Amino acid sequence: MKNDSSKSEIQSVSKPNEELPALECKNVGRTFMIGKSILSSKKPLRAVDDVSLKINRGQVFAVVGESGCGKTTLARMLLGLLEPTDGAIYLDGQPISEVDSDVISQKVQPVFQDPYSSLNPRKTIESIISLPLRVHGIGTKESMLERVSELMRLVGLPNRLIHSYPNQLSGGQRQRVAIARALIMEPGIIVCDEPTSALDVSVQAHILNLLKDLKDRFNLTYIFISHDLAVVEHLADWVAVMYLGRLIEFGPATEVLRNPLHPYTQALMESVLTPDPHKGLPEITFGRGLPNPLDPPSGCSFHPRCSKIKDGCDSRLPSLLPESDRLVECHLYN
Amino acid sequence: MTDDSRVLEAKNLSVEIEVPAGILHAVTNVTLHVDKGETLGIVGESGCGKSITSLAIMNLLPSKATRTASKLQLEGKDLLSLSERELASLRGNSMGMIFQDPMTSLNPVYRIGEQLEEVYIQHGKGNRKEARERAAYLLDKVGIIAPRERLSQYPHQLSGGLRQRMMIAMTLMCEPSLVIADEPTTALDVTMQAQTLNLLSSLQDEFKMGLILITHDLGVVARMADRVLVMYAGKAVETGTSQQVFDHPTHPYTQGLIQCIPVPGKTSNDGRLGSIKGMVPALIGDLRGCMFRNRCAYVSEKCHASEIQFNQISPGRGYRCLLEANECADNLEGNLGTEIVQ
Repeated sequence: MKNDSSKSEIQSVSKPNEELPALECKNVGRTFMIGKSILSSKKPLRAVDDVSLKINRGQVFAVVGESGCGKTTLARMLLGLLEPTDGAIYLDGQPISEVDSDVISQKVQPVFQDPYSSLNPRKTIESIISLPLRVHGIGTKESMLERVSELMRLVGLPNRLIHSYPNQLSGGQRQRVAIARALIMEPGIIVCDEPTSALDVSVQAHILNLLKDLKDRFNLTYIFISHDLAVVEHLADWVAVMYLGRLIEFGPATEVLRNPLHPYTQALMESVLTPDPHKGLPEITFGRGLPNPLDPPSGCSFHPRCSKIKDGCDSRLPSLLPESDRLVECHLYN
Repeated sequence: MTDDSRVLEAKNLSVEIEVPAGILHAVTNVTLHVDKGETLGIVGESGCGKSITSLAIMNLLPSKATRTASKLQLEGKDLLSLSERELASLRGNSMGMIFQDPMTSLNPVYRIGEQLEEVYIQHGKGNRKEARERAAYLLDKVGIIAPRERLSQYPHQLSGGLRQRMMIAMTLMCEPSLVIADEPTTALDVTMQAQTLNLLSSLQDEFKMGLILITHDLGVVARMADRVLVMYAGKAVETGTSQQVFDHPTHPYTQGLIQCIPVPGKTSNDGRLGSIKGMVPALIGDLRGCMFRNRCAYVSEKCHASEIQFNQISPGRGYRCLLEANECADNLEGNLGTEIVQ
């Protein structure tokens, strides 16, 4: 009975309403309650705060920011692994909280950062890639094997590795396995959480090219989380910059990255080290690390690190407003 | 260049490791030197022998490994003839190492102060009070606010960037003349990376130490290093100043590596990145011919048979390839011959 229903779900997955955005966030927030010890009272930590986004089909949507800015929490909510405490997320126009988790996992699949820890070391490659099929009870043993071989060919893995274990594979090959596993349910959306930051540059180039090919071939939608702006610029159509859980700049990738407006985005762009021996190291104007998210600064949360601070930045909260072709949350502009 | 300014000199440094399948040639005949206040960048993919080279210099290799060299001198002192005891007195004292992951290279159960002071006291530089003074001074130098309070904290109470600064301060406790930094910023955010590198280079200016910077990030090397050594399969494949290597890469491998990097404003959104096909070969057994040949776009019959010599173009500048230097450079202008997947 369950098998039948999931099969009919897959058919509906293949025909999503093209008009609607693939994923939409409306004022999404997530607060964690953090207790320092069992005696003291718990404090709220706003990991994601009032984020509204539309992610269109067939596009690459990048989320950038430093560690601890809430990128991964947002990704987990988009994957349906974590429920937002505020606002709502819509998958193909339907609130994600009302969608069955089986259906979410058919439409949205993750590729994680570290291919060394995201693959079960005791399972063969075949078993790892076919796991989603087994979970959803799709196909027979033979058809699964065939499908796994097909996916391995697609991601550029030699078929002889089908009975190997993850420890016999290189980092790049493991990431290909993770991509194959994500693709086997033919999801429309793939959430890539720093998919290349654990890899060598040469391997990173392979994986980025592969992701691009797959996207063009299957009209996939990527949510691409990264702190490497050079990679983001290469791949993304849209960029959202996050700082302490808030969206601070959002717009078309080429615009945002070539002409950043928010001082934080500017600083991020300056810290990208291109292989140019004629330039020295960039002077980073903000001296301190990310502030304590349990006790965020007053006003604009970026003001203690901002080089363009002016009156009122430390008291008034800026809001995300349109500026030229994008949204910026900064007192300099609105 | 007088002998006084030379901090480290290594000639024909090789490391062989015994593995069940045979002898693994981890590093083969690498020659390098570092002067006072100079930065040498060693680049290459994982498994090309960068880290083993640095461990060989420090003599921290695994017990299965054998090190050979025709010359290995630190400030004129022959490291090859020193006993383990004498070497131990040099490590942390005249040569220090900064590791990649500050979380795993710091001891979680000791306070930061104790870990910093230990090196100082161990090498007989002074008593605990002087050590504490020096620790506080250095923490302040590396940009840690309220250093004295930090000394009584534990590593887990610090963020990744602060921990890496701690590692740097710890390395500087005894004012080493040589610092080896093995992927010092790979675990950090881009913003912390730029800050940490700035810090390293200003400290280097101040303390005039020689720095060996090991990384796979060409951006870091291009901005930091004075000279570059590109390694592939345990051998030096190209050397030169960073201008020479990045402006006119000569070895096909160096060219491939440079093509792999997305550059904001240059690589278009629709374009593909160049990439090097295949993988680093296993270095076990008898190795013949050019080790890069199975991944090279310009491979010919000759590459399989002969031992490829290192062509010296000028002092300090050279490459290991059968092609003429201008042939390689011409190729770069045209099609890079890069492929997508194997």
